[in-house]
Amino acid sequence: MLELFRQFALELKASGINLTILYDAFDFERFVSGLATTCALVVLCTFFSILIGAAGATVLGLSRGPAAMLVCAYVALIRNTPLLVQMYFFYFAVGSLMPVGQNAIGLPVPMIGNFTWAVIALSLYAGAFNVETFRSGIGAVHGSYEEAALALGYSRFKAFRYVVAPLGLRFSFASLANNLVDLTKATTVAYAIGVAELLYVSNQIWSDSLNTFEMMNVMLAIYLLLTGIVVWIIGRAQRAMRLPGFGVN
Amino acid sequence: MSETSIFADVLRWLPFVLWGFGLNVLMSVLAIVLGTGAGVFLGLGQTSHIRLVGGVSRLATQLFRNAPWLVLLFYCIFLMPYSIVISGATYNVPSWLRATLGFSLPVAANFSEIVRGAIGSIPKGQWEAAEALGYSRSVTLFRIILPQCITRMLPPWMNLYALLITATPLASIVGVEEALARTQAAVQSEAQASFLIPMYATLLVMFFLYTYPISRISNALERRFRTV
Amino acid sequence: MRTEIEGRDLVSLKGVHKAFGSFEVLRGVELGVAKGEVAAIIGPSGSGKSTILRTINGLTPVDHGVIQLGDITVTDPKVDKVALRHRVGMVFQQYNLFPHKTVLENVAMAPIQVLKEPRKDVEERARNLLAGMRLTEKALAYPGELSGGQQQRVAIARALCMQPEVILFDEVTAALDPEMVKEVLSAVRKVAEDGMTCILVTHEMRFAREAANRVFFTDKGVIVEQGEPKAFFANPQDPRTKEFLDKVL
Repeated sequence: MLELFRQFALELKASGINLTILYDAFDFERFVSGLATTCALVVLCTFFSILIGAAGATVLGLSRGPAAMLVCAYVALIRNTPLLVQMYFFYFAVGSLMPVGQNAIGLPVPMIGNFTWAVIALSLYAGAFNVETFRSGIGAVHGSYEEAALALGYSRFKAFRYVVAPLGLRFSFASLANNLVDLTKATTVAYAIGVAELLYVSNQIWSDSLNTFEMMNVMLAIYLLLTGIVVWIIGRAQRAMRLPGFGVN
Repeated sequence: MSETSIFADVLRWLPFVLWGFGLNVLMSVLAIVLGTGAGVFLGLGQTSHIRLVGGVSRLATQLFRNAPWLVLLFYCIFLMPYSIVISGATYNVPSWLRATLGFSLPVAANFSEIVRGAIGSIPKGQWEAAEALGYSRSVTLFRIILPQCITRMLPPWMNLYALLITATPLASIVGVEEALARTQAAVQSEAQASFLIPMYATLLVMFFLYTYPISRISNALERRFRTV
Repeated sequence: MRTEIEGRDLVSLKGVHKAFGSFEVLRGVELGVAKGEVAAIIGPSGSGKSTILRTINGLTPVDHGVIQLGDITVTDPKVDKVALRHRVGMVFQQYNLFPHKTVLENVAMAPIQVLKEPRKDVEERARNLLAGMRLTEKALAYPGELSGGQQQRVAIARALCMQPEVILFDEVTAALDPEMVKEVLSAVRKVAEDGMTCILVTHEMRFAREAANRVFFTDKGVIVEQGEPKAFFANPQDPRTKEFLDKVL
């Protein structure tokens, strides 16, 4: 089977389409590891950004005080400045203040590597958008539900936790899918701080193998596939949580 | 290194970075104009009843909307000709202009969706009423439907612009000397760690001061149009 | 006035004022309901009927005046909200069932989560209450799968499951299709006949006349007139009451 692929790829090469990743083991491995890194970025940042979004929306849903102002400032700052500059700010500027360890042969190694900084920057970035998403989802829940919970003796926090937030989540899916597609696309920006994700390794491959056009198309196809998968998963979650008679979409 | 001298250093580099920021603004303005123009066609195409036009428009929209901005930027930088020949004369296409084209692709796709959404948000009854009055489909679109869409499209269009301006520093990756590239150059020539945070923070503030008012106006307009 | 049973009122409002912005909804409401009594509050739209109910369980805080519920002073800012809402149940015009919980969960969740009663006891009580509402087979359905009348009966069971001393009914038939009004009214009547103290805001004059022991007429934020239903409907004293009854009867 694999040999068949190899033959096919070599024939393609003969006809001018040079997909080294299909017949060259080194390029194939580089490509797969890049894809794995991209997937790891997407999964980790999705997790942390949803956590940030939920925490931020909870603060905004329950308080009007300084904590809420802090969350608003965070969202405004992240949304109105470039992701790339944020990433450089973390990696180069804040990173320069971080402790430096030593590796096995005594060379200095930063305690927080570029992958970790990419996860931090991307999670904070997507998290700000998720705060907005969850906040407006919660805002779409009619006040009468909270009132009914209060009338049953629930505190505001418990009413939020057991009634308002679960309903608000159901209004958030469309916008959440959008944010996570944007996050998937934004992982490419980690290229700029040298994280060997899909774009980075593709760039390496086309620099070495001079097949820019082919590699770009392969890469684009993979990103379209990844965003498609993200949309599909959110769609599944949304359907699983659909409620009879509760109007969403 | 005292506080004041770092401040003075940042101030010394500020004009240099600001000129670069001018290029960010220029790229974003050109890209929003190009992207909006192309997006109108794609968006109208998406609502077309001609199957080929509708299919091609939807495909192009989805393709450019779901592709990472940086990947589209790479396409335009690496795969576009470095010079073009117009009626015998050869013109070089500078990298910032190729980057601008790269930005206008996702802008077009996003605006295409804004147009489609706005047209879709007009109640079907209006199409039927116009048809009953003898209007053709295209006359209905241009004289009845689209005029109502303008106010609905304005806030998301401004949001799209805010997204675009914050994407322009990506051009520094492909060698365009805009504000971020110039900040990096400044940081490298100063070569001191204490200079890093103030310099990058200044750049963040620069973008924030430009973009935040746009976002605020967009939100305010959205609220206003929603209640009307 | 009804001075003779003043001392043993379970619920009493004295000089209650409430303004929303510059609009004075309640302008000195005086109202007393004894234990086991069924009180109907009637009056034109916007006369403050629903606001009166909502002040009794503290959903709407008042500007002046004192509200007493047994030994609980509702208007005390430090009132124990859980204790208050344990003793006062409420049924809303729009049912306000929680769409993400089954019928049984809707009825049982507050006693479990708020009053910390053992799940087994509460669920048994909830099933009995649902049986009383002839909804046994709907226990595992979601509210969205029920008709309006069924949802409202679930809402009544939910209020009863808290084992309150008073239940407030806020125009519980106003959102229902005409053919469902009867089933809900008979459920309310059953609750009243079982000895529950009920305060209901209603547009159903016939129901007020037949089911209530006492009728209060509100207009422009004050109680204009009150009395035994028979006398009240046959021979209203105040010209405003007469005018209103002429219009609706």
